[in-house]
Amino acid sequence: MALRTPPLRGRHEEAGGSFTDFGGWEMPVEFAGIRTEHEAVREAVGIFDVSHMGEVEVYGPDATKLMQRLTTNDVTALSPGDSQYACITDEDGVILDDTVVYRRPDEDETPTYLFVPNAGHEDWMVERWTEHRDEWDLDATVDDRTEDYAMFAVQGPDAEAHVQAAMANGSEVASLSRFSATMATVAGADCLVARTGYTGEDGFELVVPWDAAEDVWDAFDGAEPCGLGARDTLRLEAGLLLSGQDFDHEENPHTPYEAGIGFTVKLDTEFVGRDALEAQKEQGVDERLVGVRLIDRGIPRHGYDVTDTDGEVVGTVTSGTMSPTLDEPIGLAYVPTDLADPETHLRVVVRDRPKKAVVESLPFYQR
Amino acid sequence: MSFETPDDRKYNESHEWALQDGDTVRVGISDFAQDELGDVVFVELPDVGEDVTQGEAFGVIESIKAVSDLYAPVTGEVTAVNEALFDAPEQVNEDPFGDGWMLEIGLSDEAALDELLAADEYADQVA
Repeated sequence: MALRTPPLRGRHEEAGGSFTDFGGWEMPVEFAGIRTEHEAVREAVGIFDVSHMGEVEVYGPDATKLMQRLTTNDVTALSPGDSQYACITDEDGVILDDTVVYRRPDEDETPTYLFVPNAGHEDWMVERWTEHRDEWDLDATVDDRTEDYAMFAVQGPDAEAHVQAAMANGSEVASLSRFSATMATVAGADCLVARTGYTGEDGFELVVPWDAAEDVWDAFDGAEPCGLGARDTLRLEAGLLLSGQDFDHEENPHTPYEAGIGFTVKLDTEFVGRDALEAQKEQGVDERLVGVRLIDRGIPRHGYDVTDTDGEVVGTVTSGTMSPTLDEPIGLAYVPTDLADPETHLRVVVRDRPKKAVVESLPFYQR
Repeated sequence: MSFETPDDRKYNESHEWALQDGDTVRVGISDFAQDELGDVVFVELPDVGEDVTQGEAFGVIESIKAVSDLYAPVTGEVTAVNEALFDAPEQVNEDPFGDGWMLEIGLSDEAALDELLAADEYADQVA
C-alpha cells in the first residue's frame, strides 16, 4: 500500500525532516530534534503539519441530531464557531475514536459540523455516520474532506502573536477563547482558525485549503517546525490520549470513564453507548488510566507490564517517554482502581526487570 | 548529510565502533547512529567484570522515540564502563567518538577486529 503524503512533503524534506508512517501517511517525525522542538513549543512557538488527521463534514437539517447520536458530548451546546472534545463509542460504551467536533463559524442555512477523526479513521467514520443516518432516516450529508484540507497546529506561548500577524482580514484572535473558532484569511486563503491543540500550551489549529497549504505554512516562518515526535512528548506531558495506543477498540478496549475522559460523556443526551456508560458510571470502573513516573532508572514504553509491589501483573503501560520538560521517565498505564490513587507504589517491568514507579496525578505538566 | 567516520577505528554493521589501544578496545556508537536515534536519554550498560560476545547485545540505548540494542564488536571482559553517560546520556549525541564512549573491553582475540568494517567500508554503508 502506498503511503499518503501531506501537501508539504517536499517542503518538510528541504527543512531536514525525517519521516515515519503514521496511520497510512508519510509524516515528518523530527526536524531539528525532538528536544529542541519540544522546548520551542513550551517556551515560544512551534508549527506542526497534522494533515494526516481526518476531516469529515456533516450538514443538513438533521446534522445536529446525527452528530448528537454518534458522539458522547452535547452537540446542541455548540453555537457556530464553538468546538468540543468528544468520544465516539460503540453500544458497549467502548471508545472507537476520540475527536474534536467544530460547528463551522461560516455555516450557511443549516448547521454544519466538521469533526476530526484520527489518522486513517475517516473512511471508517464516514461509513459509520452514513449507515446510522440511513438507519435512522435522517436528512444530513456526510462528506469526507480529508484530502481537501491540510491542517496545521501553531502551539506555544507566542502562538497568539504569530497567528495574529499571519491573519490579513483584520480578524482579532486575542478574544478567541479556548475551543472557539473563526474564519480568517491567511496568505490569501480562507482558513478555519480554532483555539485548540494537543500540546498542553495555548495554541491554534488551522484548517487550510489543500492547495494553499504551502503559502499558509510559509506565513509562519518564525515558528519552529515540529514533527510527530515532539507532538507525542508534548501531549503525553499534558496527559492527553493517543487513539490506537492509549485506547484501541480491538487491542485495548476501554470506555471514556476508564480512560479518564468521562468529562466528554453527557448522559443527559442520546447517543450510541449511553446506556452502557450510565451503568458503568453507577457501578464504578474496575480499572483506570493513570500517570506513572519511574523512580528507578529506565523508561516506560507502550506494552510494558505493570505489577504491584509483590510482582503480580496488574496492568499495562500504554504510552511512555523521557519527559523533556520534567526530565523524568513518565507514562500512562491502566491499573486496577484500588491501585490508581496518586502516590501508590507500583513496578514497571523494563526488559524483565521490575523498576520502582509511582502513580502521579495527570497532567504531568500544566502551563 | 555526511557523517564522520574516523579512520583510527573499526565498525560494526550495526553502527558500533571499536578503537584498539594495546590489549583494550574502547566501544561506542557512530555519528550516523546517534543522528538516527535522535536525543539519547538513557543507556543501559553491563558491569565491569561481565563478559560480552562479538555480535551479541551488550546493552540498550534509548532516545526519546526509540529503544535499540547495542552489539559488541569484539569478545572479552568489560574492564571499564563510562558511568558519566548515566547522568549525561546526551554526550552520545554531542561527542559519539569521544566523551560518548560506552565500554572498554579486554581483547581476548585480536583477530576478531579483522571481521569488522574499515572506516571507508562503513562510510559507504551509511552514505
